[in-house]
Amino acid sequence: MADNVTKDPATGVDTTGHEWDGIQELNNPLPRWWLWLFYACIVYALLYTIAYPAWPLVNRATGGLLGYSTRGEVAAEIERVEAQNAEVAAELAAADLTTLDPSSAAFHYGMAGGAAVFRANCSQCHGAGAAGAVGYPNLLDDDWLWGGDLAAIEYTVRHGIRNEADFDARYSEMPVFGDMLEDAEIASVVEHVLAISGAEHDAAMAEEGAVVFADNCASCHGDAGTGDREQGAPNLTDAIWLYGGDRETITETVTYSRYGVMPPWAPRLSEAEIKAVALYVHGLGGGEDAPAE
Amino acid sequence: MWEVLKIVVPGLIALLAAMAANWAHDLAYQVHALLIMVIAGVVCLYSIRTAGEPKIDVPSPTGYMDDVVRAGVIATTFWGVVGFLAGVFIALQLAFPGLNFDWGQPFTNFGRLRPLHTSAVIFAFGGNALIMSSFYIVQRTSGARLFGGNLGWFVFWGYQLFIVLAATGYLLGATQSKEYAEPEWYVDIWLTIVWVAFLVAFLGTIIKRKEKHIYVANWFLLSFIITVAMLHIVNNLSIPVSIFGSKSVQVFSGVQDAMTQWWYGHNAVGFFLTAGFLGMMYYFVPKQAERPVYSYKLSIIHFWALIFLYIWAGPHHLHYTALPDWASTLGMVFSIMLWMPSWGGMINGLMTLQGAWDKLRTDPIMRMLVISLAFYGMSTFEGPMMSIRAVNSLSHYTDWTIGHVHSGALGWNGMITFGALYFLTPRLWGRAGMYSNAAINWHFWLATIGIVLYAASMWVTGIMEGLMWREVDAQGFLVNSFADTVSAKFPMYVVRALGGLMYLSGALIMAWNLWMTIRGKAPAEVAAATPAE
Repeated sequence: MADNVTKDPATGVDTTGHEWDGIQELNNPLPRWWLWLFYACIVYALLYTIAYPAWPLVNRATGGLLGYSTRGEVAAEIERVEAQNAEVAAELAAADLTTLDPSSAAFHYGMAGGAAVFRANCSQCHGAGAAGAVGYPNLLDDDWLWGGDLAAIEYTVRHGIRNEADFDARYSEMPVFGDMLEDAEIASVVEHVLAISGAEHDAAMAEEGAVVFADNCASCHGDAGTGDREQGAPNLTDAIWLYGGDRETITETVTYSRYGVMPPWAPRLSEAEIKAVALYVHGLGGGEDAPAE
Repeated sequence: MWEVLKIVVPGLIALLAAMAANWAHDLAYQVHALLIMVIAGVVCLYSIRTAGEPKIDVPSPTGYMDDVVRAGVIATTFWGVVGFLAGVFIALQLAFPGLNFDWGQPFTNFGRLRPLHTSAVIFAFGGNALIMSSFYIVQRTSGARLFGGNLGWFVFWGYQLFIVLAATGYLLGATQSKEYAEPEWYVDIWLTIVWVAFLVAFLGTIIKRKEKHIYVANWFLLSFIITVAMLHIVNNLSIPVSIFGSKSVQVFSGVQDAMTQWWYGHNAVGFFLTAGFLGMMYYFVPKQAERPVYSYKLSIIHFWALIFLYIWAGPHHLHYTALPDWASTLGMVFSIMLWMPSWGGMINGLMTLQGAWDKLRTDPIMRMLVISLAFYGMSTFEGPMMSIRAVNSLSHYTDWTIGHVHSGALGWNGMITFGALYFLTPRLWGRAGMYSNAAINWHFWLATIGIVLYAASMWVTGIMEGLMWREVDAQGFLVNSFADTVSAKFPMYVVRALGGLMYLSGALIMAWNLWMTIRGKAPAEVAAATPAE
């Protein structure tokens, strides 16, 4: 090192005697504060790895003296919140939803908790925003297949639709009219359905179709085609369609029928969760008041 | 023999590329094959036209290979402006989503332009800055001409081709969806070839050096080149679905893939954006200050500490994920230990100004280099802090991370590159100095205020959205939806875009200033090669 060591005139410090393209180096020691902070960081790091899970061994890693884990931290937090909410959850489970005070803690728990239950369990079919999809009803509007008051929604959630798991599931079945009607009859009844829903249609065929409709469809969908909630038969006079309202789709529906299913949630959700999600769905915009007795 | 090869090989490549374009499974691959066909065809024709012509060897007045560095200065400036422009545009897209333009879908979508921006600034701007300055530095500090003859030119043009393939690939939808490693398999293979050539040229020059010792800048540059090669190869291990398609499948899966990705991602920051740029710092700061480096001991200790500790810090990108807790802890504590080794570089740079502090008043280039060290110090403090698990639970996935990255990238990498460009341009083109010192001053203030606006707005939105995400009501239910946080961030997004616009304006002023310098009057003086011995 000592070949060309000189003293730097500006600072009085020795150089190392090297030079590259005119660049020299001073032989200053490590700054003390820098060195001590570096040591402090290393000590902190070592202590931290003793306290927390850190060093990988053969089959497992050291667990740390504090017994900490990120999953444990989340589990503890969930447990704490559930314990804190146990009382209000019990209150909601026992409550009559129709008379539940909207300013009560139980109502808030139902709405906020229902939204969480919905995101985890219902959004897969009905969509994150509950707007539905082809074959899965939109829950934001006031068009209900099986009823839109709190009791009806709660029943649907609890038992589901057309499933074999729950004896009390809502049930109905549209016949496969392709086996029962001539193609021409199906074509004409489709024109009738288009006519009563206010869509563009062939008036002459629709007139013929009205007869077919009265003979085959009116028993469930009603004489005027306004549907029947007792049987989950959709209202055909509005512009809302579960599978699609164009000529081709309606023909397919009449010919082959539809069979939409929903699982029963009673086996999977707690009593409070069922009530909560019913309250949430009812509150989305289309919820109806209970019918006057 | 060489003459024949120069005709036959490009011709064969053009033919194979034409066949590949014909059989291509997707648009990106087809466009790339056609591009390579055209380039190889032009090279082949050029070789035929110039075959047998006597070589005219114009000796460089300095004895060094500076043409490729000059090309690098131009490429760095060009890609810098392109990358900053893309950044300003996508910042505006986030504030005003209408700018995604329905007519431009899917090419002008934020999702495709974002990697274009990150790759343009990191790899095109930063990469060209690193390649050209390492070529310049290694020749000067070794007292030797660049090793390998035209290998330097192969590295330069090969790297530009990599950039073009990567960028057009993103727009056409070819990505392996790994942050900062988006290019698909054939682009990765090409980069590997170019990078090995880079290593050979650099290491060859060091081996034939006339100086006895290897200068500290070259330690950092060599560690950068070697480590980036290792990171690039391991993280891009994938199997192509077809040799005629761009899609490939990663060999690692699940959390192993995530861990490999962030081992790569964090060390891309550590070795590309830190070690490589520290190499630049160790040359340009003492040269511009005309002072000796502050402490040789500090350079040794912080160099070895930095490269040993950095490589373990990646898991801090994966706190609170499927990554096991022990790995997350180790990633965090290595990041904490990294704080002082990072600051060692800042101290060594700043203290080099001892006895020359007055230059800050008179020399705008010095000011640029010093502010870059200040931002380096700030972001290397912020980084370890954000790696602490409790802090990370607030900061992760928020704009705070974006702000942190940009105070490092705009402040440290950008500013030191601007300083290097201002240092190099007059010397490379033999001018007395930059065309306009006032313009450098304008650039300095526009860039500095731009960064402050950028970082401050991202701190505000980042911490705000972190707090909004975790806000729960008395019963433990989340209060805000994601969309609530998006609308709350709008004003800060506008401020951020404004900061970016200022930074871009500064870079445009620089481009003009460099251009006027290059176009300027005849050489004032020619610095001759002066190896110390």
